[in-house]
Amino acid sequence: MGNPNRVKAESGFMRWVDDRFPATQMWHEHLSKYYAPKNFNVWYFFGSLALLVLVNQILTGVWLTMSYNPSAEGAFASVEYIMRDVEWGWLIRYMHSTGASAFFVVVYLHMFRAMLYGSYKAPRELVWIFGMAIYLALMAEAFMGYLLPWGQMSYWGAQVIISLFSAIPGIGPDLAQWVRGDYLISGITLNRFFALHVVALPIVILALVVLHIIALHEVGSNNPDGIDIKAKKDETGKPVDGIPFHPYYTVKDIFGVAVFLFVFCAVLFYFPEGGGYFLEKPNFEPANPLKTPDHIAPVWYFTPFYAILRAITFSIFGLDAKFLGVVFMGAAIAVLFVLPWLDRSPVNSMRYKGWISKVMLLLFAISFVILGVLGVLPATDGRTVLAQVCTAIYFAFFLLMPFYTRMEKTKPVPERVTG
Amino acid sequence: MADNGVNKGRRRLLLGATTVMGAVGAVGVAVPFVSSWQPSAKARAAGAPVQADVSKLEPGQRMTVEWRGRPVWIINRTPEMIERTEGFDPSRLADPNSEEPQQPNYVEGPLRSIRPEIGVLIGICTHLGCSPLFRPEPNAEGVGTDDWPGGFFCPCHGSRFDLAGRVFRNVPAPTNLEVPPYRFESDSVIVVGEDEEAA
Amino acid sequence: MKKQLFALLFALVPFTAMAAGGESVPYSMTPDLHDKASLQRGMQLFVNYCMGCHSLEHQRFARAAEDLDIPQDLIEENLIFSSGLAYNDQMHNAMSTDDAESWFGAPPPDLTLEARLRGTDWIYSYLLTFYRDPERPNGVNNEVFDLVAMPNVLEPLQGVQEKVCAETDRPVHGAELDPLTGKYQSCEVLQVTQPGSMEPDEFEEAVYDLTNFLAYVGEPSKLHAQVLGPKVLIFIFIFGVLAYLLKREYWRDIH
Repeated sequence: MGNPNRVKAESGFMRWVDDRFPATQMWHEHLSKYYAPKNFNVWYFFGSLALLVLVNQILTGVWLTMSYNPSAEGAFASVEYIMRDVEWGWLIRYMHSTGASAFFVVVYLHMFRAMLYGSYKAPRELVWIFGMAIYLALMAEAFMGYLLPWGQMSYWGAQVIISLFSAIPGIGPDLAQWVRGDYLISGITLNRFFALHVVALPIVILALVVLHIIALHEVGSNNPDGIDIKAKKDETGKPVDGIPFHPYYTVKDIFGVAVFLFVFCAVLFYFPEGGGYFLEKPNFEPANPLKTPDHIAPVWYFTPFYAILRAITFSIFGLDAKFLGVVFMGAAIAVLFVLPWLDRSPVNSMRYKGWISKVMLLLFAISFVILGVLGVLPATDGRTVLAQVCTAIYFAFFLLMPFYTRMEKTKPVPERVTG
Repeated sequence: MADNGVNKGRRRLLLGATTVMGAVGAVGVAVPFVSSWQPSAKARAAGAPVQADVSKLEPGQRMTVEWRGRPVWIINRTPEMIERTEGFDPSRLADPNSEEPQQPNYVEGPLRSIRPEIGVLIGICTHLGCSPLFRPEPNAEGVGTDDWPGGFFCPCHGSRFDLAGRVFRNVPAPTNLEVPPYRFESDSVIVVGEDEEAA
Repeated sequence: MKKQLFALLFALVPFTAMAAGGESVPYSMTPDLHDKASLQRGMQLFVNYCMGCHSLEHQRFARAAEDLDIPQDLIEENLIFSSGLAYNDQMHNAMSTDDAESWFGAPPPDLTLEARLRGTDWIYSYLLTFYRDPERPNGVNNEVFDLVAMPNVLEPLQGVQEKVCAETDRPVHGAELDPLTGKYQSCEVLQVTQPGSMEPDEFEEAVYDLTNFLAYVGEPSKLHAQVLGPKVLIFIFIFGVLAYLLKREYWRDIH
């Protein structure tokens, strides 16, 4: 019965299942016979942690939906209703709001890991592209979710971001109005963002996560040395430097989960506002279309791109600064998608790349952080210059990569993975 | 990956301990999610006990108050009504002695009330949830029987109850009308939704 | 590489401190949610002096009673003035929005989340720094809220406060420190010129209680979080130790 090429249990219930559904086969392919390099370091925790946070977001999100009221009149009060009147509502809400920031923390570290060890390079281009698509969907998800509490920051943050569309020449203003569904951000906008946030985007994200993992398990995991473990196999056909994901990496990841949860819960119970970065102060005031808060800053995970947007204060080729800002911000994200084709280095890992790559990555990481900081601060002349410098470094890292990765002298790559 | 040197006992112990801790943790996480389905403070506020002033309720009359979204009838029975209800032929009733737990344990006897004259009932038919009509006079019209002792008649499916809310035999409703928890705060004020002991 | 990770994380730390700060205010206070007596006095002050105009529309009397250990009958007799409000209701004010608009130009804001919006230091300073200013329509102005529309409702308690020329220990904006006396000489010093029913110390304490109560109202769940937090963290820590031992045990296989 069933597909004879599958791995199946010998007998019993599992055999019955295996004849109808490739359960044992999948268990082998993705866990017990999925050989991962044995030299994963601390950077390799963040993938499984992202999965954990995703589950947290979906679970708490479903529960919040049960008590949330997606209307301009009732949204703000319903969040306070959850915080006060619903049993344990405060915990579930803080798990969700803290989870949103935690998601970006682990995703940014996960992405940095990929850049560090060349995990995006052939044959893992699709793994990277699916991952980038997840990141993009996650940004949309977070942005739309941030409108739902209907506080001042929700409202004016959304106002600023949606206005970005209006910078597009020609169709801009109409496009922005189409996104809002109204002449200003209103209950209509709130309703459609709610639908996208709780139904459409989660489905997209889940589908992309499945694709990301399938693509990864098709080609196998990279490792800090950036070498192919399948090149060296023992007599039974197993990679000599590979170990089964289960149990070795499952137990390791469980330990990672414990460490993560400790930090996560400490924030959750003691600093749920994240110092004003996870929950921004103006958001404790209901949305008021007639009054803009003194200082608008996006949530921290958007600030690097927001800083790039603001850094563009000049016009080139007759394109005005507003439109160029949007273009640069979009390009800053888009350029990440083509990263696998920008890196021309013969080696994957930063361990064996030359000093230019190392310096460039370090400069890139520093300028990304500086941009993130600048994004939450009010703009001044000095800061704008700094943001422009950092923006230049950001793009130089990517656009010069085809040259410096080819030019520089790389170190010899070992045959077997190192510690 | 040789098996030599593996301390199986220690491994099993650690595996067991981690699994148990993990399971306890999972249950702990489930607690907030499960208990968040309890009535919220808003629902509890809406379902809080309600007070009813019965000083202006004439004998033979009925008043209705809302408690937890349901009509609660308060009837003031005349001595004649009390006599009629107490003396009613028990063989025509499905549960004349209120064996079914449709009332708090402090209401007793055929009248199913704390005081004989004041009856408190939830005005929802125990059949399918219609609200029965108040037909207190004997042999009233349109109750589907010639021998009507006065009581409540459900227009939806013809269930009949006497003035103590006891259900008749051979009608669709299975049990007597429910008596909500209530207590007398004073001679003329009833608190519906709070037990006598709680006072 | 670990170093880079930590560098990245620590680079973010100073900015969390900065976001919390914002504008500077002359006084500061630290809320103490465990001081039930202070919170109870604060609630009483709020109901008597603030709730005529300001609501706490997300806070229920019953929840405050439960969290602050105030018996129900005490609340019903002493703290619920409006006949339209019940024990389980939210703490709505008595004033209609239209009246408020015509009296003050804008409806007095709901204060449920004021402590989270502006911070407790701001509220504390705001309530302490009303002073007489004949140029203002209702005769008062405020140090931290210039051109304030709200009258100084606490004046009967505090007394009349005015800006006078005096010496003070407290730094005053724009005033130089006298190196000899260690004091500031300024004509911007707030001083009570006609005593109210409370001594200045007493009044500061009353304002502390009131601010403390608003801190509680801003986030009633904080009390629960502080009880639950340590238990959860200890549990996760033990789980983490076990998980680490388990991981080490399994990884003995790997050479």
